[in-house]
Amino acid sequence: MSAEEKSMSIIVTKGSLDWAYPPFILATTAAAMGLPVTMFFTFYGLPLLLKDLNLTLTAAGNPAMKMPMMGAHMGLPNLLTAIPGVDAACSKMMKNLMNKKGVAPIEDLRELAVEAEVRLIACQMTMDLFEYSLEDMIEGPELGGAATYIEVATQSDINLFI
Amino acid sequence: MADHTLDAKGLNCPLPILKARKALKEVPDNGTLEIIATDPGSVADFEAFCRQTGNELMEHSEDDGIYRFLIKKSA
Repeated sequence: MSAEEKSMSIIVTKGSLDWAYPPFILATTAAAMGLPVTMFFTFYGLPLLLKDLNLTLTAAGNPAMKMPMMGAHMGLPNLLTAIPGVDAACSKMMKNLMNKKGVAPIEDLRELAVEAEVRLIACQMTMDLFEYSLEDMIEGPELGGAATYIEVATQSDINLFI
Repeated sequence: MADHTLDAKGLNCPLPILKARKALKEVPDNGTLEIIATDPGSVADFEAFCRQTGNELMEHSEDDGIYRFLIKKSA
């Protein structure tokens, strides 16, 4: 079985700190394993291509988000997540935790994806909708739409929607 | 003695694999790359990586939380 014959595509639809990880981890790893990879960035996934990332997350509506704290795991009741500054504090805590555990920042994984020649497609419709231009983005993405993605998907062995 | 050694201690998934892939580019065909890691997940991952890429996982061992892998680069 030759790795070169397999390929992967990922539709990236979410742009929060936590949701940014799965697509970039899988894309960089697949590329490292010899698969041609295409990432299609649409809706809230599109801002992951912006030059300056300041990713945040919210604990609201996420009962599974429990952080290790003083030997236990603590979640945050939804009501408290509405307090100004709580999301920023949660995001900072998560970034500190990631740093401590040797998890790469998204910026690094993204750079590795570009280096590994992962094909990046920015959804044209989302660019129009949220008023972004390619100048706002890192070097590398091309513009495309649904048909561009479908063509890629028909030629890929693995197609993921994240 | 391996041709190259990669210190991936303290790095979490997928960094040991990504760095190993890069390091392998510096290794001559049939040469060897030694990787030192602390990520317990790297055991299964290096096995899968080698199966998929056709490189040979010649050895792997664990000693007190330190994992050592020896990969032979396929020609």
